[in-house]
Amino acid sequence: MSDSHKTPTTAQAQAPAESHQHEDLAHFQQHVKKYLFVFYCLIVGTIVTVLASYVHFDSVALTIAIALFIACIKGFLVAGYFMHLMSEKKMIYGILLATVFFFAGLMFLTVWSMHPSSLVHIGH
Amino acid sequence: MEIPYVVEPRQDTGLFNAKVGIWLFLASEVMLFGALFSSYILLRVGADPGTWPHGLLNIPLGMANTIVLIVSSITVVMSWASLKMKDFSKYKKFQAITLLCAITFLCIKSYEYHDKFTHYEVDANPGATVQVGEGNDVKPVAIKPGDYLDGHILEKDNEKLVLHGHIINRIEAAKVTHAWQEREIKDQEITIKQSDITLRPDGKKAMENFGPWHNTYLAIYFTLTGLHALHVIGGALVIGFLWGPGARMWKTEPERYTNRIEISGVFWHFVDLVWIFLFPVLYLL
Amino acid sequence: MQASTTHAIPHTGAHEEHHEELGFLRKYIFSTDHKVIGIQYGLTALLFLLFGFCLMMIMRWSIAHPNQVVPVVGHLLATILPEQAKGGIVSADLYNSFGAMHGTIMVFLGIVPLAFAAFGNFVVPLQIGAPDMAFPRINMASYQAYVVGGIIMLMSFFMPGGAAQAGWTSYSPLATAIPGYGQIFWLIGMIFLITSSLLGAVNFLATIIQLRAPGMTWMRLPFFVWAQFVTGFLLLLAFPPLEAAGIMQLMDKVAHTSFFLPTGLQASGIAHISGGGSPLLWQHLFWFLGHPEVYVLILPAMGIVCEIIANNTRKPIWGYKSLVYSVLVIGFMSFIVWAHHMYLTGMGTKISTFFQTTTMIISIPSVIILTCLFLSLWGGSIRFNTPMLFALAFLPMFGIGGLTGLPLGFNFSDLHLHDTYYVIAHFHYVVAPGTIFGLFAGIYYWFPKMTGRFMNEFWGKVHFITSFIFMNLIFQPMFAQGMAGMLRRMYDGGINYAAQTTLSEHLKYGLSPEVIHWNVYISIAAWCLGLAQIPFIINVFWSIKHGKKITSDNPWDATTLEWQTPTPPPHGNFTKPLMIHRGPYEYSVPGKAKDFTPQTEA
Repeated sequence: MSDSHKTPTTAQAQAPAESHQHEDLAHFQQHVKKYLFVFYCLIVGTIVTVLASYVHFDSVALTIAIALFIACIKGFLVAGYFMHLMSEKKMIYGILLATVFFFAGLMFLTVWSMHPSSLVHIGH
Repeated sequence: MEIPYVVEPRQDTGLFNAKVGIWLFLASEVMLFGALFSSYILLRVGADPGTWPHGLLNIPLGMANTIVLIVSSITVVMSWASLKMKDFSKYKKFQAITLLCAITFLCIKSYEYHDKFTHYEVDANPGATVQVGEGNDVKPVAIKPGDYLDGHILEKDNEKLVLHGHIINRIEAAKVTHAWQEREIKDQEITIKQSDITLRPDGKKAMENFGPWHNTYLAIYFTLTGLHALHVIGGALVIGFLWGPGARMWKTEPERYTNRIEISGVFWHFVDLVWIFLFPVLYLL
Repeated sequence: MQASTTHAIPHTGAHEEHHEELGFLRKYIFSTDHKVIGIQYGLTALLFLLFGFCLMMIMRWSIAHPNQVVPVVGHLLATILPEQAKGGIVSADLYNSFGAMHGTIMVFLGIVPLAFAAFGNFVVPLQIGAPDMAFPRINMASYQAYVVGGIIMLMSFFMPGGAAQAGWTSYSPLATAIPGYGQIFWLIGMIFLITSSLLGAVNFLATIIQLRAPGMTWMRLPFFVWAQFVTGFLLLLAFPPLEAAGIMQLMDKVAHTSFFLPTGLQASGIAHISGGGSPLLWQHLFWFLGHPEVYVLILPAMGIVCEIIANNTRKPIWGYKSLVYSVLVIGFMSFIVWAHHMYLTGMGTKISTFFQTTTMIISIPSVIILTCLFLSLWGGSIRFNTPMLFALAFLPMFGIGGLTGLPLGFNFSDLHLHDTYYVIAHFHYVVAPGTIFGLFAGIYYWFPKMTGRFMNEFWGKVHFITSFIFMNLIFQPMFAQGMAGMLRRMYDGGINYAAQTTLSEHLKYGLSPEVIHWNVYISIAAWCLGLAQIPFIINVFWSIKHGKKITSDNPWDATTLEWQTPTPPPHGNFTKPLMIHRGPYEYSVPGKAKDFTPQTEA
């Protein structure tokens, strides 16, 4: 955040003169830039996903992997920046990590127990 | 004693109460949608070869909905940022866009659902003849064993049924394994006599629309997107309430109000996040 | 009651605590005070427990004396349920619906609301030094959702087709194929109950994380609070998959989908469904909740027993840290053992080995907890009051329940025992003389804080002795019945099954009629257990007005914070700002005049 001292320009005319508020404002201008960047990434990600779906990959696993990979990146951007997870406290991370672990357990153990072969031969 | 940490964060956790609450709630929602996604995987992996349909959903519409939600995501975070910068009117404008996006999403979804409910699969008797094409270009086509008609109903009376669709053979359809293979089919006008429609053992005509009862793919599609839509409605109602009657709190307790906007925003982002995964999984794969 | 003036904790709005008198409705029906809500949950849950118990008593008649008119209530049954109870006789369908509802009501409408919501709501904010729960209005909403869910469940008995009949486990395709509305009502009721639990769990977790008083560090929390904390996480993360499954089964019933219905399903002719579904999927989603659910049932009771043992031995609990780490490990492991309920579904050896391993591992922390509680008795100055008697009995009863789970956890022995009365004996030992004894102990223990009076000691001891004897008389023989091959869920008590399996030369080692005959004695014990609850019910209500009055706000001379409030605690609970200086079980601290040192003492 090296350029956090850049004075905000346009619509900040109503910003009060208190230094505390001023710091907040500059701080938030920085955040707004990040949000817009994330927004553009998400749009691009969506377009890429749809285009990628038109490409015929031979391997089923690769197709699924690519679709989910792009989705995960988009998800990470939304969670990390829009939901402020990147700057959130340990407590929240802890809760979410446990959740993700159990969700993965539910998914993989169930698939494994019902279709043991499907986890061995992916992409036949 | 008042309940502490409603607005100010508690020192050791660094959080205010409602933030802990919403993240706990979202953890449970992750498990809810996660269970449905796991069910999707299981049903698809376990489906008999050739029975899992592809290309049933309209990709441009799905993509439009994805973009609508992404736009709403940025407006919801911008509306919160505006409040943090004490700009109430900017907040109102951004949040209004969020609500408009929500309504747009639901409209598109309703259109998609309607399309499914008017889309029929009609079993035809082998050996019968159907008329394919319109105007001067009508050709008779013989129905082979395993053929059925797939399309939207244009006209229906006691004598005949007119569809806008195509003829599919079940054996050929079983060879399709992924969505991209189905996109080259062209639809035409097909007329079939009512008497040529196969009768089921219970006496009813073998024609069914593409509701959740039609196959497990549609079942999980409607359940996943239906539950998601309920969350969109719920989130929109909360955001709408806070935008409208609930906005009075901005005058009396601005920080508490800002926190509420943040919390409802976090929920909204989760709804967007679920859709980010729903779209490729249901529409593209 | 003075409003708090000096505050180390900043709070918003600087509201004056004007307590204009709330009307009856706002005070007792639509209250947001955690203590009132706790009592609401408690009374409602006890009513449901009683109702579930009555269902069982009627079932036991059918088991012991199949196809005979039910005495006392036969006429009533024939009147309210004419189709299923013709002539006052329990039909197979009625037995099945009573069985399914007995399980559902006891687990979801009885024990969980009582153990988690009732005790948790009343005690947890007090024990952590909080003025209330973090989200009082959500608290009220969760109670209301529970009541709505309960009403829907009760209504299902009167719907065409009767109540749900496919067991509390509601396996598809049976649950979907049975005609009638019972299953639909069950599913809708479950959605309300799950919502109630989820809201409650969010509230508890946020409260424990955020509203501990200054100085109340994690390792100074009473073990009861730790138990509730882990229980909250189990409910939060394990219930949603069942909600998803419930929605899918509801779609199967109402929208004719085939989530759990396989292709080619025959139900009086080939069903017109799309097929392609998987019955196993339902089982996995159900048991993903089902297993953590049993820890939801036991952990609060373990917490209560721990509090009471510490208090009545006048010494600290042995191994506090071990208790805490064990309960955290149990919470974590409970999510990855569920398929031990499904060993007979044809899963491969690799996956069943995985689940056997995790199941064996999870027994370790459970044993650690029990051991710590047992060891805490050593060298104690034991006071044998009623709460302590129940708490003491909990230990061996839970021990039996837990140990008898081991043969079920191994798939080779489970092959023989699955779906037999051995399973029924195992889980009833854990919940009935296990959890319920813990909950009884808690009622006797915290009653003085709620009402300012003790419950009657003599009748408390009568309640204890009779309940203890009859519980064992009911469930102990069931282990042998199960090992002899008696299967579950047979409305006639297995008499036809026994006859069929001992018919031929080859089957002469089938289920013996002698084993079936024990049903008569078990049923008598069950009805006696019902009678044994009457003094308890009378005691609860009589003591509110006529019990021996307490002479101090801390009648048990306990160390934990709930005893540092006035009796009953006012809104906001604590009249002065709190500072916690010590751990929860500082009894008989050397050098102190009294044999207990409250947590607030410097």
